[in-house]
Amino acid sequence: MLELKEITKIIGDKIILRNFSLALSPGESVAVIGPNGAGKSTFFKLAAGLMQPTSGEILLNGEQIKKKTHLLKKRIGYLGHESFLYNSLTPLENLRFYGKLYKVKNIEEKGMELLKAVGLHYFKDIPIRSFSRGMIQRLAIARVLLAEPEFLLLDEPHTGLDQEAVSLLNQLMKERQKQGISILLISHDFEQVINVCDRVLILNKGRVISDRNIDPQLELMSFKKWYEAAVIGK
Amino acid sequence: MKIILADALTIAAKDLRNELKSKQTIGMMIIFSSLVILIFSFAFDPTNNTVKAIIPGLIWVITIFSGLLGLNRSFISEQENDSLTGLRVAPIDPSSIFLGKVVANLVLVIIVQLISIPILFLLFDYRFHGEMIWFLLIVLTATIGFIVIGTFLAALAANAKNSEMLLPVLLLPLLSPLMIGAVQATKIVLEQEGMKDAVSWLQLMAAYDLLFFAACFFLFEYLMEGS
Repeated sequence: MLELKEITKIIGDKIILRNFSLALSPGESVAVIGPNGAGKSTFFKLAAGLMQPTSGEILLNGEQIKKKTHLLKKRIGYLGHESFLYNSLTPLENLRFYGKLYKVKNIEEKGMELLKAVGLHYFKDIPIRSFSRGMIQRLAIARVLLAEPEFLLLDEPHTGLDQEAVSLLNQLMKERQKQGISILLISHDFEQVINVCDRVLILNKGRVISDRNIDPQLELMSFKKWYEAAVIGK
Repeated sequence: MKIILADALTIAAKDLRNELKSKQTIGMMIIFSSLVILIFSFAFDPTNNTVKAIIPGLIWVITIFSGLLGLNRSFISEQENDSLTGLRVAPIDPSSIFLGKVVANLVLVIIVQLISIPILFLLFDYRFHGEMIWFLLIVLTATIGFIVIGTFLAALAANAKNSEMLLPVLLLPLLSPLMIGAVQATKIVLEQEGMKDAVSWLQLMAAYDLLFFAACFFLFEYLMEGS
């Protein structure tokens, strides 16, 4: 279980997050939405251990995430705005490199399996500098899934993906969810939020202003209306 | 410590594989050092015995300035696709990133030295009669010190706007004690003077290496936090 308790983050003289609390149970899928600059990416960086909160604590299965908790980081798969991949390496070399750092067993086998899953196995020996944005995003998703993390932190994972890849990603996420993997998703794509997530919270100016469960029958229009009412007050 | 070393070697191997494919940095370093040797060999008359006196200094001029080219690239290359963040979220000790970069940079500089020092001796018509073991030990000790502090400062400068300019400004003053020792010790070995003095300089360089290695190794974590 991932718990964020009363997290406040101040950078300079600006309060980015104010008393932010969230508990993510195994197999739960939660979306964090909100306008630009609301503090969503900062929240993810805190959860991934890239930043330390000014106050409050982050617990992963009851253990606090601190600077020295490198082994806890293995349980978190973080997909950021950038791919974190090396352009001069091939997809398989990139996965092999990250696999070694995450101490993954059977790297070759798992790497090939994931490349097949994301549809990049025909390109496994080509340096990724010639890849399109969508192909790089597919490989970044494979990188995140390689270490079989218990928690997936996905920051706008649908960006740059074509329709086929979007359904592939949603399918991968649903499969992982069934295996008990928790997913935290930042997205501006409300359709995908409804498709994938069980719960959604709106973050605005560093505060959670609304939190609700997602009904599978929920329509996109009424979701948008709810969001606009919460953020703009329409 | 074993895990830190294993992760460091993984990072170093990745950097060296990248370099092997592109040959960008090592190519630049070798071209630069060869040009410096060529220009100096035309500027000075190799038959003149006093010219031999500039060889120790020239060895370190080549090492430092060609090394700077490699050091500059070492962390800037990690900014592509923000892969440094990928390393920071990985379950590894930040010190292993530092150690990995040190190993990769050291290998590149040693390759440049292996090519450029024999060319230097050849073009300056210098016949080596000194003690090879001592010469190699001095070169290695001073190179390690240079790379350790250079790698740390390259990480520090990588986030700055003009990192290429900032790195030499930060690095060269800090390297002065090490380079004075390196030039003096190299001169003693090449001219086959009293080895006792060379050992003293070597001890000074070893102390410098240890001190800066410990400081950079432990401070690197804080440097990564801020990037």
